Amino acid sequence: MIGKWLDIGPVTQIEPGTARTLPVAGGEEIAVFRTMTGDCYALVNKCPHKEGPLSQGIVHGNVVTCPLHNWNISLKTGEALGDDHGCVPTVPLKVDAGRIFLLREAVVPPVRPAVADAATDKAA
Amino acid sequence: MNAPASFDGARGTRERLVVIGNGMAGCRAVEEILARDAGRFAITIFGAEPRVNYNRIMLSPVLAGEKTFDEIVINTQDWYDANGITLISGDPVTHIDRENAMVVSASGRVEPYDRLLIATGSDPFIIPVPGKDLPGVVTFRDLDDVDKMLAAAEQGGDAVVIGGGLLGLEAAHGLSLRGMKVTVVHLMPTLMERQLDEAAGYLLKAELERRGQTILTGADTECLLERDGHVGGVRLKDGREIPANIVVMAVGIRPAVGLAKAAGLEVERGVVVDDHMVTSDPAVMAVGECVQHRGACYGLVAPLWDMCRSLADGLTGTPNGYEGSVTSTKLKVSGIDLFSAGDFSGSDGSEDIVMRDAARGLYKRVVVQDNKVIGAVLYGDTADGNWYFDLLKKGEDISDIREALIFGQAFASGGALADPNAAVAALSDDAEICGCNGVSKGQVVACIDGGAHSLDAVRSTCKASASCGSCTGLVESLLALTLGGAVESGPKTLCKCTSFTHDDVRRLILEKALKSIPETMQELHWTTPEGCASCRPALNYYLLCAWPGEYEDDQKSRFVNERLHANIQKDGTYSVVPRMWGGLTTPNELRAIADAAEKYGARTVKVTGGQRIDLFGIHKEDLPAIWADLNAAGMVSGHAYGKALRTVKTCVGSEWCRFGTQDSTGLGVRIERMTWGSWMPHKFKIAVSGCPRNCAEATIKDFGVVCVDSGYELHIGGNGGIHVRATDLLCKVETEEQALEMCAAFIQLYREDAHYLERTAPWVERKGLEWIKAQLLDNPEAVRKFAARFRLSQKYSQVDPWAERAGGERADLHQHIAEVRPLHVETIA
Repeated sequence: MIGKWLDIGPVTQIEPGTARTLPVAGGEEIAVFRTMTGDCYALVNKCPHKEGPLSQGIVHGNVVTCPLHNWNISLKTGEALGDDHGCVPTVPLKVDAGRIFLLREAVVPPVRPAVADAATDKAA
Repeated sequence: MNAPASFDGARGTRERLVVIGNGMAGCRAVEEILARDAGRFAITIFGAEPRVNYNRIMLSPVLAGEKTFDEIVINTQDWYDANGITLISGDPVTHIDRENAMVVSASGRVEPYDRLLIATGSDPFIIPVPGKDLPGVVTFRDLDDVDKMLAAAEQGGDAVVIGGGLLGLEAAHGLSLRGMKVTVVHLMPTLMERQLDEAAGYLLKAELERRGQTILTGADTECLLERDGHVGGVRLKDGREIPANIVVMAVGIRPAVGLAKAAGLEVERGVVVDDHMVTSDPAVMAVGECVQHRGACYGLVAPLWDMCRSLADGLTGTPNGYEGSVTSTKLKVSGIDLFSAGDFSGSDGSEDIVMRDAARGLYKRVVVQDNKVIGAVLYGDTADGNWYFDLLKKGEDISDIREALIFGQAFASGGALADPNAAVAALSDDAEICGCNGVSKGQVVACIDGGAHSLDAVRSTCKASASCGSCTGLVESLLALTLGGAVESGPKTLCKCTSFTHDDVRRLILEKALKSIPETMQELHWTTPEGCASCRPALNYYLLCAWPGEYEDDQKSRFVNERLHANIQKDGTYSVVPRMWGGLTTPNELRAIADAAEKYGARTVKVTGGQRIDLFGIHKEDLPAIWADLNAAGMVSGHAYGKALRTVKTCVGSEWCRFGTQDSTGLGVRIERMTWGSWMPHKFKIAVSGCPRNCAEATIKDFGVVCVDSGYELHIGGNGGIHVRATDLLCKVETEEQALEMCAAFIQLYREDAHYLERTAPWVERKGLEWIKAQLLDNPEAVRKFAARFRLSQKYSQVDPWAERAGGERADLHQHIAEVRPLHVETIA
């Protein structure tokens, strides 16, 4: 049985006020943040401006400043703050018993049976 | 359903209500039901503890010796008797049989029910470390725990409390008052981080330390140590060991859902209930800390009261749904005033109104969104806590009182006083504005009338707001009142989080001996709770420069390049530049660089302007490995990524060149050996040319040496960037030693005086060459003193960061948190 939530480990893996990354299929990364007050958030690790790795920005409150051009991005909504406009997708996250869970369907692509692939190949 | 008019009737004619849990929620629910319809139910309460119902949140005062157990009993046996309630204490329910609608207790007692109420509360969370089961390790949940702590306190000695939250700090306070030497071990950087922000957490920590407790934040417990079959201490992951005769685990609570889960009720984090506190079984209800309502679990008392009301309304036929609670917190530690409520984590569109008064140890923060108060944190003066909480719960529009909101209810509701300018205007002329320098309102106004038309001008003439700065707002109001709109904007502040300039901040860090970022923000009245991406790196540098060897570098406040010791590129990969002393290299080093470039897939290899080699396209995860390889060939970090000494460029000098006058390469290497690794306000480049032909381009460097027959010309403040600036000649010296000494002294002057992110070129222009010469050349002792301070600081900074990381330090900065392997399901045809 595959659960709805994907366990990615204990919250203590992330120092408060920083982020770490989770590589996912297709070469993308998810940035998992933990704020100084202990709240956790997950965003696609790409600034809406020039795709800078948000996981490497300075975190203050619930905001991260992109390391490339200093855009401020809300960790809660992924929206650019201030005069900048843009939005990075957020990933549903919950913390339970000290562990971080991401919504599985947002992280792992849907399972495709291998046989279906073969059938498609033959048809082509 | 008709209830009998009185409960004198046979129990059998009434609905049977069985309550699991004789705690605050269970009993309160019963009280609420009795108040609505006393005769409706025949009630049986099961309690695990062998005693009547008491007020669990008052265990802290019992531990502290401020109350006795009798004083915290809520319902005595008489109450149970008078209301015809059967209390079965000391016999916990072990099984719920929903099919037959009955519960079974530990002693085997079977009790059938028509309605069942689960109020099992929560269990303390025990961190799964070796030694957790040793005698002497206790939680802080019930009276037995308190008794164990009191017994330990009679023996005296050391106590360790694991967990710096509400409960942990109350336990620590109690044990401390009972005479134990208490150490609080807290995983997070801030005490009570769920309720407090960094600033309030700092004040609380300082106060508890003043009272003799040792507070270790960012401290992760590795295991509990044994001594003679009893707990003897705590070892932290960083290797520190703390002795302990008793260890209190107070890291948190978890809803006690075991019974409900075993009975097949819907359970997530807590027992899932609807707005009427009904579980997935219509005959079973639940209230208190064990429930999960609309996704939220509560660990505070106020929500319990709301839940019990909704439950009783529903059970007695007047449904009135529970809609969740907004909570507020007060710490029950006498003499510490602390209040927090609502959401102060800072969300979108929310604004912080912050007031800090360092002299009184005061911190107030109100979070406003859409003209409504959504959160508040108060430290030092909590008189207005309930007022803010009230505004928050009612969702009142505060736009009319916004300006004065932070000053509290008296101020904000005071009609004319609602406008802070009006309030200042109402002050008498002899009212004191600046307490530090004893300046009255009349004096400030006279000073403004006399031509001081900016904050800075007022500060320099009558000294108001020139010391601690807490009256800055008042002085600004007086400027606005006296001049109308003609206030001149003052010098640029460090960032939008403060009214102080870079110079003010640097001076005050030294004057007030400020030694951490939170302390600096509090003492200098920062207007944001955690600063921003501009001020955090600046403060980190200023503190590092002010307290070499003492201040612990805050990696969270560093730009990515300085945190990862490599330069981030536009695609998120990094470039790596090993140091080449004076631009010299060897075949062996070049071979190692070539090997590393191939092994780690450097897509571009480029010679830099600073006479070294740059490898582009390295991934964050590979950095420690490539550094290990380069280290193995004898190379260290080139700091090409830092606000630091970058490189010392040289020409070949007298060893080979027919024009060379001195050994410029050798001097360059010596200078680089002396200066590498030093953190600066901005990047810093040096060059040494062997003759005035200046092949090393020393006259566009931050510090340049041009060798001549008779010695060394020392040049400063050059820049080859956007605004090309040739250097100014500082002085000429005769020996290499003098050149080295002057170089160290000049760097230290720049380190101690310049603003963060100010290169030497604009700094020299701002201060003037004469000022710099006066600092270094007027007093024969000055150079020696500056150079000595530079060398002291170098003692702590000349550690190769690559070697540390290659050795495994801070691997978390480089590694992914986890890997996800996509599932691949094979279908068998």
